[in-house]
Amino acid sequence: MPRLIKDGAVVDDRWTLLPEAYSLTDLPERGAVIVPFALWAAERGALRARGDVGVLLAPENDPADLGSDLAALPVIAVDFPQFTDGRGYSTARLLRERHRYAGELRAVGDVLRDQLYAMAECGFDAFVVREDRDADAALAGLADFDGVYAPTARSPQPWFRRRDDAAATDVWYPQL
Amino acid sequence: MYRYDSFDQSIVAQRVAQFRDQTRRFLAGQLSEDEFRPLRLQNGLYVQKHAPMLRVAIPYGLLSSPQLRRLAHIARTFDRGYGHFTTRQNIQFNWPQLEDVPDILAELAEVEMHAIQTSGNCIRNTTSDPYAGVAGDELIDPRPWSELVRQWSTLHPEFAFLPRKFKIAVTGATADRVAILVHDIGAQAVRNAAGETGFRVAVGGGQGRTPIIGQVIREFLPGAELLNYFDAILRVYNRFGRRDNKYKARIKILVKEMTPPEFTRRVEAEWDRLRGGPGSVPPAEIARLAAHFADPPYRDLPRASLAYRAALADSRPFSQWASRNVVAHKRTGYAIVTLSLKKTGVPPGDATATQMDAIADLADRYSFGELRVTHEQNLVFADVLQADLYDLWTRLKTQGLATPNIGLLTDIVCCPGGDFCSLANAKSIPIAEAIQRRFDDLDYLHDLGAIELNMSGCMNACGHHHVGNIGILGVDKNGAEWYQISLGGAQGFKASLGKVIGPSFAAAEVPGVIEAIIAAYVEWRHPDEAFIDTLRRIGIDPFKERVYAPAH
Repeated sequence: MPRLIKDGAVVDDRWTLLPEAYSLTDLPERGAVIVPFALWAAERGALRARGDVGVLLAPENDPADLGSDLAALPVIAVDFPQFTDGRGYSTARLLRERHRYAGELRAVGDVLRDQLYAMAECGFDAFVVREDRDADAALAGLADFDGVYAPTARSPQPWFRRRDDAAATDVWYPQL
Repeated sequence: MYRYDSFDQSIVAQRVAQFRDQTRRFLAGQLSEDEFRPLRLQNGLYVQKHAPMLRVAIPYGLLSSPQLRRLAHIARTFDRGYGHFTTRQNIQFNWPQLEDVPDILAELAEVEMHAIQTSGNCIRNTTSDPYAGVAGDELIDPRPWSELVRQWSTLHPEFAFLPRKFKIAVTGATADRVAILVHDIGAQAVRNAAGETGFRVAVGGGQGRTPIIGQVIREFLPGAELLNYFDAILRVYNRFGRRDNKYKARIKILVKEMTPPEFTRRVEAEWDRLRGGPGSVPPAEIARLAAHFADPPYRDLPRASLAYRAALADSRPFSQWASRNVVAHKRTGYAIVTLSLKKTGVPPGDATATQMDAIADLADRYSFGELRVTHEQNLVFADVLQADLYDLWTRLKTQGLATPNIGLLTDIVCCPGGDFCSLANAKSIPIAEAIQRRFDDLDYLHDLGAIELNMSGCMNACGHHHVGNIGILGVDKNGAEWYQISLGGAQGFKASLGKVIGPSFAAAEVPGVIEAIIAAYVEWRHPDEAFIDTLRRIGIDPFKERVYAPAH
């Protein structure tokens, strides 16, 4: 079974990513699948009924277009066609911080050790490391830093509100 | 100046460790050239003509004397005994070995320095006013805000891989000394009708192959919202900026193609979701940062120095230097001094390790152990007693740092050009030197007054030729080096871009062309009219005619 990094450990991956699925007939009979956003948008009723379906977002897809489906999705994969294409970082933060997506958020595509830390800060909790690279070795990338200054999905309080000498009143609470 | 706390120190140390491991994996063949390139660039490491080039960040241009001594040590140990100060207030070393770079970074980390994001498609070193905190024309001191931006931008995880590089400048003054309108974001402190201080935000300025003056997208942004607003701008850029063509990938192209009103609407909509949130900066945080930039222990002086006045009257060379290299300080009896790195025969912006050590000693003795780098590639002592100016001048002279040419024609802004840079179409350093040699009469130079001559060896415009009153651009014509001349560029709040005057020239012709332009100015100027003002009054055509007139 293919493997991925999930919650800081290398585990078996039960999801099949189908980036080339254009219609329902492209899907296997059963099993957990991740389908492109376009297919989801066209067949959301049927796919929801099937269950065990996740969505693949391309860099240009707007996470807002998932609308009310978001809460029910067990997994969203964000594609990095090249590791130097950083759009997926914004997608991840929007999903986590704006749309309050709480399911699995996985980075797929050109996913390499040296980007894992930034991806994790932006809200990814699963990483399908590029297949020619060793996922176990890549795990170390998650520990490259202890934190950053800016507010992030993982750490919504920026460093200036987390530091020991920050005034208690500086802590920001989300308005409900 | 700002001192690291344990968090700052650990981030820099972890970056050194990360880069050491990346370099090791690259040398072991575990990272391909294509994979390593963006990683090394994000740490300021280029592969250049002769050797790698390492660009070290000098955040908003501020340096302490121990830091400068460490740079001298690095120049001596790992390079060929000199460094090059850049138009973005950084320093570059031209001859390090790739294998040594992790050790250089470790040396830097010991003095609270780094090379993080000095290159690559990410948020670069924030630049600011070299007279910050000491100029008399400030609404606010920009340094706490610049430090705030430095911290926020350092390893900002969302913006690690932008479509292209991103440069931010911050100023708190009423005069523009940071070229605010040729940055991806320019933030200028302003006061609103209610008397509150905030920022006017311009976006999409830049030089390079498509020079554009920045568009003001918000006239007044409350200071507390600075980072949220920057996040909004960067998020719109990161999501929608072009990635299909690197020449169209800067934010200026997005602003243009989206149109400024639509771009502004999207930024404002994004900000609306962020404003008031955790990224809002509490006043206590600004106060905490500002405490790092408290005034040094100035003496209370009742009046300007009489000794200084006497020395001005006594020595013409000294008064000539003072007239160009010394400007007024906010405190009575003090002065701001610019050390010229534009001595004829020395590549503009270069300083040797020996000079750096000497400058560090002089900074300790005369300017509270601190100095600043200007985007015009000179150095500034911000807090010199007027009574010490004559002593300082004599000591600077022995180091070749007292060339009295700040703001004059020979204070040439210049990239390393074809001598070092693999991007360059043409050399720039020898052209600068030829012009400096042609204009070697100090009295004449002083009579000409302020003229900005900027030169770049290629259209990437590291030498800021678009905003030079006179701009020189190296171009390639069938494998030969030629030089295109433009006129009318200017930095400042009323920035303008130079216009090309016509066909380009061979290297040997350039000094003569500059001479013709200057002769025309001398002929047509009104009394006390600066070069740029004459140009703006009569236009470039008369200059063009003079330059291209058939030889008699």
